[in-house]
Amino acid sequence: MTIVFAIFLLTMLVITAVAIVQSSNLFVSVMLTSIFSLLMSTNFFVLDAADVALTEAAVGAGITTVIFLSALALTATQEKPNRSGRGIALIVVGLTASLIIYATFDKPRLGDPDAPVHQHVAPYYLDNTMEQMGFPNVVTAVLSSYRGYDTLGEVFVVFAACIGVLFILDARTGTGPKYVTRKMTGLRHHLIPQVVGRILVPFIVLFGLYVQFHGEYGPGGGFQAGAIIATAFILYSLLEGEQAALRAVPRSAQLGLVICGALMFGMVGVLCMIMGGEFLDYSVLMENPVTARQIGIIVIEAGVGMAVCGAMLSIFHAFAARSAEDTDEAV
Amino acid sequence: MIEWLLIVVDIVSWILLIIGSICVLIGGIGVLRMPDFYSRIHAASLTDTMATLALFSGMILQAGFSLAAAKLFAIMLFLLLTGPTATYALANSALLSGHKPKAAVLEKKVE
Repeated sequence: MTIVFAIFLLTMLVITAVAIVQSSNLFVSVMLTSIFSLLMSTNFFVLDAADVALTEAAVGAGITTVIFLSALALTATQEKPNRSGRGIALIVVGLTASLIIYATFDKPRLGDPDAPVHQHVAPYYLDNTMEQMGFPNVVTAVLSSYRGYDTLGEVFVVFAACIGVLFILDARTGTGPKYVTRKMTGLRHHLIPQVVGRILVPFIVLFGLYVQFHGEYGPGGGFQAGAIIATAFILYSLLEGEQAALRAVPRSAQLGLVICGALMFGMVGVLCMIMGGEFLDYSVLMENPVTARQIGIIVIEAGVGMAVCGAMLSIFHAFAARSAEDTDEAV
Repeated sequence: MIEWLLIVVDIVSWILLIIGSICVLIGGIGVLRMPDFYSRIHAASLTDTMATLALFSGMILQAGFSLAAAKLFAIMLFLLLTGPTATYALANSALLSGHKPKAAVLEKKVE
């Protein structure tokens, strides 16, 4: 039954991908990209990767769509016709695709326990997580402790992406007179979404916090929680307008979240070094190494969550401020 | 007595699940077959409300008195709140941006 479902999902995935390429309306493409992410997330779930599925649903289907849409508000909705170089592109894509398909012949069967990837370090993680960390979610243990360096790198990638987007979009500080005099934006004609949204925002934040702090026991963690909490604030700013959202979480606070989150992660590593261990070796933080690891993981997950939430919010607001400016000039 | 009750619960939950599935199917056919935007989202909204209610009630009965049932109930509440709201927002913004229902356009032509 599962294999039928998986094949169905993969077929839908291919159809959606072709539709994304075929559609010349960018708005349609963005919505199809969101559907693609949702299908991908279901696919991950079928493969028993609940943590990745949650990330894909929150980031890929949720936030990315909103950011794409706000980017679309700055450009045209219709793709420009481009006929040059189609032949070369076709050859390159065809060659790469056949190479990749050829390479899959050497791949071990899906879920094969003897595959090299399941025989290298994975058995060690599976055997020792409960004993060394004291919680059952191996994904969280790998992400934040065994492979802490990689996650630190990811957080700094998020940090760099946020800084890069802000540089490109030339985000203002948001205190100029222009921002004070501008009219209230947001959905003034949409009473029902506003009321329902107001009810939902606190619960979305609560769910985000649950995903954040329950990450050791269930699927979840900093990345997912950051994205979910950012969704709540983006919903708030869509309903109540840019300024109300910026009053709630000012730009300085957003950047502060990104910087503090990344720094918190790094500082835990440095603290471990000061306490006499290695970088990101949490076991030295306290007497009991298991408790010490748990505390270290909670702190760095909080850092990850803060960094992701802040980065998403600053990118969204950078786009939103830019489109508001353009409409002002048009008026 | 208890076994007899369990069988009844099982039958009721399956009836609910089948009703929900039929509603999803009707919604899907409606989206494809209906003539204009407003009647299409009217068909689609069937999956948001009736299908959600029936499917989730059926699943809660299947789950029994457990944590899973509570979670399903929370998801059902969330979907019942957001689904109709999304449909309303879609229709409202279509109307505000000047998209006329097909019936209104036809009436004008007759006049």
